[in-house]
Amino acid sequence: MATQTLQTTPEIGGMGHSVKRKEDPRFIRGKGEYIDDVVLPGMLWLDIVRSPYAHATIKGIDASEALKVPGVVAVITGADLEKAGLHWMPTLAGDKQMVLPTTTVMYQAQEVAAVVATSRYVAADGVAAVVVDYEPLPVVVDPFKALEANAPVLRPDRAADKQNNHIWHWESGDRAKADAALASAEVRIAQDIYIPRIHVASIETCGCIADWNAVRGQLTLHMTSQAPHAIRTILALVSGLPEQNIRVKTHDIGGGFGGKVPVYPGYVLAVVASLTVGKPVKWIEDRSENLQADSFARDYHIHAEMSATKKGRITGLKVKTVADHGYSDAAADPSKFPAGLFNVITGSYDFPNAFVEVDGVYTNKPPGGIAYRCSFRVTEAVHAIERMVDILAHEIGKDPAQLRLDNFIQPEQFPYKSPTGWEYDSGNYPAALKKAMELIGYDGLRREQADKRKKGELMGIGISSFTEIVGAGPSHDFDIIGLKMFDSCEIRVHPTGKVLARIGVQTQGQGHETTFAQIIAEELGFPVADIKIEYGDTDTAPYGLGTYASRSTPVGGAATAMAARKIRDKARKLAAHLLEASEDDLEWTNGKFSVKGSPDRFKTIQEIAFAAYTNHPQGMEAGLEAVDYYDPPNLTFPFGSYICVVDIDKATGVVKVRRFVAVDDCGNIINPMIVDGQIHGGLTMGLAPALYESITYDENGNNLAGTFMDYLLPTAVETPAWETAKTVTPSPHHPLGAKGVGESATVGAPPAIANAVVDALWHLGVRNIDIPITPQKVWKILHDKGLN
Amino acid sequence: MTTQHVRLTVNGEAREADVEPRLLLVHLLRDVFGLTGTHIGCDTSNCGACTVHVNGRSAKACTMLAIQADGTQVTTIEGMADGATLHPLQQAFWDQHGLQCGFCTPGMIMQAAWLLGQNPRPTEAQIREGISGNLCRCTGYVNIVKAIQQASGQLAVDVSAPGKAAETIEATPAS
Repeated sequence: MATQTLQTTPEIGGMGHSVKRKEDPRFIRGKGEYIDDVVLPGMLWLDIVRSPYAHATIKGIDASEALKVPGVVAVITGADLEKAGLHWMPTLAGDKQMVLPTTTVMYQAQEVAAVVATSRYVAADGVAAVVVDYEPLPVVVDPFKALEANAPVLRPDRAADKQNNHIWHWESGDRAKADAALASAEVRIAQDIYIPRIHVASIETCGCIADWNAVRGQLTLHMTSQAPHAIRTILALVSGLPEQNIRVKTHDIGGGFGGKVPVYPGYVLAVVASLTVGKPVKWIEDRSENLQADSFARDYHIHAEMSATKKGRITGLKVKTVADHGYSDAAADPSKFPAGLFNVITGSYDFPNAFVEVDGVYTNKPPGGIAYRCSFRVTEAVHAIERMVDILAHEIGKDPAQLRLDNFIQPEQFPYKSPTGWEYDSGNYPAALKKAMELIGYDGLRREQADKRKKGELMGIGISSFTEIVGAGPSHDFDIIGLKMFDSCEIRVHPTGKVLARIGVQTQGQGHETTFAQIIAEELGFPVADIKIEYGDTDTAPYGLGTYASRSTPVGGAATAMAARKIRDKARKLAAHLLEASEDDLEWTNGKFSVKGSPDRFKTIQEIAFAAYTNHPQGMEAGLEAVDYYDPPNLTFPFGSYICVVDIDKATGVVKVRRFVAVDDCGNIINPMIVDGQIHGGLTMGLAPALYESITYDENGNNLAGTFMDYLLPTAVETPAWETAKTVTPSPHHPLGAKGVGESATVGAPPAIANAVVDALWHLGVRNIDIPITPQKVWKILHDKGLN
Repeated sequence: MTTQHVRLTVNGEAREADVEPRLLLVHLLRDVFGLTGTHIGCDTSNCGACTVHVNGRSAKACTMLAIQADGTQVTTIEGMADGATLHPLQQAFWDQHGLQCGFCTPGMIMQAAWLLGQNPRPTEAQIREGISGNLCRCTGYVNIVKAIQQASGQLAVDVSAPGKAAETIEATPAS
């Protein structure tokens, strides 16, 4: 089904053209419309009282002083919500979390009360005036201690047989076979790998305006959401309001990366406040609230074991993981996958067997977890397998590139059934790695490294040959709270040959107003300039599950192509009528139907559109529009090979990424400029957790990275000049042969960097360093070895 | 709460307001004057989304009180284009795909404009250092650097609107 790209002219701008973005003119002028830019008449402000304790009993809340502050309209507490049964809410993962507590706070910065006031400053004054009486309780920070028999039970609200901190156990693969492979192995390696808690930290924080119109019985929720339709349905189910009277609008969104998938208490509080006071209520979180209370990502404690022959043929994999979910499992994973797609952990390699198990655990931390620009725990899986493969290579003294080439799933093995049950659609892993090696000059770098090592200089080369798993997903396996993970597009062609298309997916910066127009341009021949893409208004857009896990192009993009093809089918009938020819005698090229053998007898798509409203044949419906709900037959499996070169300063422990070559394969490309932009950004969000970002807690559950002073996003200075290249292996089942690309680089980059650092230090006896690889960690290693 | 009267020039236009002494300049611009192009991304002066020019100098508008801006000339992103003609940096950010979600973009453009005012032909390292007080989560800075190079005349202007031919991509055989 794959199409060739660059079949259209630049004026039309179909697939393969680097069309400049249609959304940019408003952003570069400061005329975007983000949630905090929206002001409604009579709007009030909501601000939140948060707990300074990670675990405490609430002995009392005194709002009397707050209510005396001029301009404070209301204070909402858990007791108020309890009357309406709204003090708890369901999570996407089937657990529940508090909107506001009635008895106990479970993490530092948890919402405790909400203040509604006439301005954002007065609301903050009100927050400062609310007095809460806390009695601290023992805090559980370490998930392993949480599992001990004498640990305090953090969720006494659970069933009698679940009075412990263990949430669920999940496993995949064949335990007996993996055990047997390990027991009989010539080489057996084992490693603990911790992938720390991190935060997406989109530069725009979360926020909303809830607008309840009592006369119309209409609730409009303007909000930062990556999945507006799902939010509407959840709101209808939880509130009892009829779904046709709920409208969710997203406006422009300043980055999502997974952090704007969940429903946070602040959104619910704004809705409750608007229902209570009958006016629009705005809630905008500040950065500290965003980092301390919104859903986190990762926090996986992985123990991996791998077996191989002495020559480096891998024979088995066994992985045991403890997943720290905070006080509630608020993961945004498909329902059947509590550990997401973590069992894709065999990666790009042809493992004869594998076994993976994960245990979810409660601690006194914010609930989660979400993805950080990745598809449902794929980054955790890729980091573990790419670290293990590298450790094996060093252990047996084999070049890490060669070991990968020897163990890759080979191109002729696709479609490939993995030992944990996935069917990889397509791939050519050796081609991507060889291209990366050639571009970076791999052999020369190894020679340079050997020379430098003689001089005592620390240089490392790291590889990551990752496989992603995106585009959730096929309805037989994938749903979120029961909603199947299809996606949709509705296209209307106007009489003058201009197009309005509405999509079920959302954009948080990906550029869908451009790329989805390019898909329609490709399929129908209308110029991109004549196609308007709309999204993010549940009153008008067709139902969709939203944008995360790189699902827009694989699912929404496919729906758009299929809807366009339905229009082309009708256009063919119209053309046959206009040309007085048989449909079978028509051929479609470059936006027009012509009669075979008579190329001067043709009708352009614009002429056909006009006829659909002015001259359609008797018996045919007027108009030219179509809608498609696309249920993908499989996931897509983008892949790539990254090679990173690092130099380490012995005196300071600072790791400098000298070069980084990224070869990506996302199948057929819609817009090369945008694909490169996605990879640049993804690489930087891979560099970030590899070297800088982590959210840690002290023994009292205090968040130690709750502002941008302590949670270090890479600036332009730390970020290297990324070098990108492509191979193209089209997806065999996607209508456009595309696979999705927004997250590949975030998934693939961290192990390339970590492997490079360990490569530089292996000869000193260093086997693993957990990310983020900070100067302190490296300096201490070097210091302990007497090297600085 | 008592208020103070401030008069300032914003994007060439005389503006005035009665403000609480604690009001931040960024909130004066956004909430009082309706100039919402200046954004807020943090509460510690790290992100730079609120960058504007005050008397020609780059300033983070979340770290200044409105009353400190009394009597000053302030330029925001809304004051950069000359009618329909984009400022060279605005054009360059568009040409080079120097933005994705667009949230950091106004601050980034304002900082870059100040940088080029100080140093009309900065090296790549000087550009990276010059925008290191402005965080971008989407672009990895690659194309922001290129955009600033274009605006400073150090990179050919991309005439791709719309539909520049794609880069040559070497196809590898499918399975």
